[in-house]
Amino acid sequence: ASGAQGPALVEGVGLGMAGADSDDSLYPIAVLIDELRNEDVQLRLNSIKKLSTIALALGVERTRTELLPFLTDTIYDEDEVLLALAEQLGNFTMLVGGPEYVHCLLPPLESLATVEETVVRDKAVESLRKISHEHSPVDLEVHFEPLVKRLASGDWFTSRTSACGLFSVCYPRVSSTVKAEIRQHFRTLCSDDTPMVRRAAASKLGEFAKVLELEYVKSDIISLFTALASDEQDSVRLLAVEAGVSIATLLPQEDLETLVMPTLRQAAEDKSWRVRYMVADKFSDLQKAVGPEITKNDLVPAFQNLLKDCEAEVRAAAANKVKEFCENLPEDSRETIIMTHILPCVKELVSDTNQHVKSALASVIMGLSTILGKDNTVEHLLPLFLAQLKDECPEVRLNIISNLDCVNEVIGIRQLSQSLLPAIVELAEDAKWRVRLAIIEYMPLLAGQLGVEFFDEKLNSLCMAWLVDHVYAIREAATCNLMKLVEKFGAEWAQNTIVPKVLGMANDPNYLHRMTTLFCINALSEVCGQEITTKHMLPVVFKMSNDQVANVRFNVAKSLQKIGPVLDSNCLQTEVKPVLEKLASDQDMDVKYFAQEAISVLSLA
Amino acid sequence: SALAMSSAATTPPSVDKVDGFSRKSVRKAKQKRSQSSSQFRSQGKPIELTPLPLLKDVSAQEQPELFLKKLQQCCAVFDFMDTLSDLKMKEYKRSTLNELVDYVTVSRGYLTEQAYPEVVKMVSYNIFRTLPPSESNEFDPEEDEPTLEASWPHLQLVYEFFIRFLESQEFQPSIAKKYIDQKFVLQLLELFDSEDPRERDYLKTVLHRIYGKFLGLRAFIRKQINNIFLRFVYETEHFNGVAELLEILGSIINGFALPLKAEHKQFLVKVLIPLHTVRSLSLFHAQLAYCIVQFLEKDPALTEPVIRGLLKFWPKTCSQKEVMFLGELEEILDVIEPTQFVKIQEPLFKQISRCVSSPHFQVAERALYYWNNEYIMSLIEENSNVILPIMFTSLYRISKEHWNPAIVALVYNVLKAFMEMNSTLFDELTSTYKSDRQREKKKEKEREELWKRLEDLELKRSLQSDGIIPT
Repeated sequence: ASGAQGPALVEGVGLGMAGADSDDSLYPIAVLIDELRNEDVQLRLNSIKKLSTIALALGVERTRTELLPFLTDTIYDEDEVLLALAEQLGNFTMLVGGPEYVHCLLPPLESLATVEETVVRDKAVESLRKISHEHSPVDLEVHFEPLVKRLASGDWFTSRTSACGLFSVCYPRVSSTVKAEIRQHFRTLCSDDTPMVRRAAASKLGEFAKVLELEYVKSDIISLFTALASDEQDSVRLLAVEAGVSIATLLPQEDLETLVMPTLRQAAEDKSWRVRYMVADKFSDLQKAVGPEITKNDLVPAFQNLLKDCEAEVRAAAANKVKEFCENLPEDSRETIIMTHILPCVKELVSDTNQHVKSALASVIMGLSTILGKDNTVEHLLPLFLAQLKDECPEVRLNIISNLDCVNEVIGIRQLSQSLLPAIVELAEDAKWRVRLAIIEYMPLLAGQLGVEFFDEKLNSLCMAWLVDHVYAIREAATCNLMKLVEKFGAEWAQNTIVPKVLGMANDPNYLHRMTTLFCINALSEVCGQEITTKHMLPVVFKMSNDQVANVRFNVAKSLQKIGPVLDSNCLQTEVKPVLEKLASDQDMDVKYFAQEAISVLSLA
Repeated sequence: SALAMSSAATTPPSVDKVDGFSRKSVRKAKQKRSQSSSQFRSQGKPIELTPLPLLKDVSAQEQPELFLKKLQQCCAVFDFMDTLSDLKMKEYKRSTLNELVDYVTVSRGYLTEQAYPEVVKMVSYNIFRTLPPSESNEFDPEEDEPTLEASWPHLQLVYEFFIRFLESQEFQPSIAKKYIDQKFVLQLLELFDSEDPRERDYLKTVLHRIYGKFLGLRAFIRKQINNIFLRFVYETEHFNGVAELLEILGSIINGFALPLKAEHKQFLVKVLIPLHTVRSLSLFHAQLAYCIVQFLEKDPALTEPVIRGLLKFWPKTCSQKEVMFLGELEEILDVIEPTQFVKIQEPLFKQISRCVSSPHFQVAERALYYWNNEYIMSLIEENSNVILPIMFTSLYRISKEHWNPAIVALVYNVLKAFMEMNSTLFDELTSTYKSDRQREKKKEKEREELWKRLEDLELKRSLQSDGIIPT
């Protein structure tokens, strides 16, 4: 298909000859390269993905001298192909002859690191980082570092962007002269006039700081950090926030106040909400990095401001961190800080105008009870939980209910149960099926915490109602829920409460409900055990094998296959087998199919 | 309303917005949404402005002084999300702005040197603000209402005033350039991300005027637009003002001197062509295609890189985009020079042949419409010995297989046209069709065998290296 494009070598070399060659290592490269050049992108992509196979066929020497030069020269292809190539080359060291020759992989990866498409470039950088570790220190200086320098001074922004990710992998293993050059290059890129490059540099600043000697962190990195954190573009400033956290972990406590805190304080009050969002999002890491004293003096007021921010995005991000922040406060003043500074803000957020803020808060607020203990929880937190349980937004209520276990440990769930019930009932009947689905998933947890009595009295009827929901996903989840409940409350409970109701549905006029009986039996037979299954369930299944709807009948076959392992062999032979045989001669082909399948799986043939 | 975060957000999917059953348009049927700058942090304090006399009520000598005072008053910015606060003062500022608009339109001799910094200051205070987070994660112009700027009653007048100021006969760029500088332009460009189409429309005029009057800023503006586009393509895929910026560029390109500078060619190949890859192409495709054609009309030698670029980024899965690409390609072919056509006809018609056989009938139909274009037909005719063999297989196959009768009918016409153009070649291709297919199948089989052998080899090697079979 590609003879026209192929190199001159191809002539006279048919595909057949390749196979006729008895020596495996002598596959003509032209044939293989022809595959890499196929006109059909998909075939090219397939070939590239099997590049290691091709290299293996060629052997290490020809891979180095023929395949790699070809790959380097022909890098103009679809990005998808280039992506696959960039990935392959990261695992190619052994195929070119081991670490001694790993530098042969640099030229094609260098080209790939300059292409336009971000995913390709990122993958090339990833592979370069990977193989950098396989270079000896000498090769790193002779081959790898010059490549980084070339990329760092490339004309188009793409190569400079890629360079940013390579400094930190070579820095630790080169001589001090080269180190100085690398620092200089990084500095230059931090003030590049293309914002894309500054963003790349800002995102790698923390990583680079980690491999630098402390003196250079103080002399070089801090000034770069300060500059990037006050960049004219907020997209650059927000990346500096994360770098700031990494830098703070590297510096001794006494330097933090002068070197990083002014900049971080400024970021927490940045005029762009994106930057403030980033601060909120990284707040726990920041807290760990700066230690207890700065946390008390600086971070507490900053956190209060973020919780009161004018943008919902920022408030939601901060609300997400409430528990973690409180947990990590220094123990000696934890309770005081929470009660006097944090809790008042939290109270405000409970009635926030934005549902995402409330819902973010609801997902963590319960965790405060373990930190504050029983009395504070009852007095201060309980009213908030109750308010959130009545929130108009279902997600808020769900988040509270899904975290009940934290409160249960501290004050027991009884305190909440009166308010809990209306909230659960309302969610159980929500018009949106995904909300109903979510609450079903918490049922086993709730049942465990509320106890069997409360459950039978208040929640059992809900669980049964879901079995006849008009959405299949809900019926399915309800089935699975029953199984988990039986695991919790035991077979006897099942026999007395749910099994009769489930079996009653077998007479429902709606065939979907009749099938639900079968699905429940599938789920319950194992947890209920042989006796209940044989005595109570099996007769109902048999009766349904005469159902006029074929779907019910073939589900009978499937059910029998499913519950077969629970039954004893006598029952299987004398009772199940005749029913399945009858179904195997059903008029409907699906019924026949599933009956036959059941017969063979249960070895009843 | 969904939380939107351009880069780092990992908001979990919220339960209430993923119900697949209600149509998006039903779900979004809320009241018109509006938003305001994120700079208001419950300031609380009411704003007090002391009413000033009207400009027309004072003497000509006093007017410049009063003009400055009014500009200073209009620097006060009000919170429009709070519809009840400062009602009287909001109304006062509105009428003052109206007065200022009229004043700069008709007055003579008002523009003293001292007025420039005050005008720029007033405009900056009002229009430059951090845009709030977007309400919708994925803005769909066909379904979603844009979020409108709440402070528009003032903002519109400020823009109006600024444009009249820039267009005023007394306006002197040599003085203004001290205040309308790179930083100003950068902030102006950021505003193009505004979700409010009314604001973007005004911004377009403002930027156009600035580009026209400040020669020293031109290269800078172009470079910053480059950066916005590159970020849009390779980083965020989100920027509301792409169409507006492209519209401005369309007229800028029109004015490029010949021969084109390397910078401009690079912009075409490295920025405009990759813009085709963006998911929301339909929002700005018309403007983009216009820019591309402008370039080609300036310098036909760019045809080959442009078409090769389009072919490289040809949509793989999105049929709507494919139809857009075909439309743009036809616009390009309308102005192509025959010498350029010859250079790219092979890869081009390989793609067209794939489009013609698309199972999506709109794609196939759009490609087949090329044969209704007289100019394209004449190019095909001149080169039928190259194009016919490329197209023949697809056409022949579709004429027998395509599910859509309209497509089959169109294909018959195309085949007929080819037959009339070059009957000898047509007959030859018809007679070898079967044997060609067989040859292809044979090759396909050989390829499979090759790979199978290679895989066996790999398996053997790995077994050897694991010591399972001896070497």
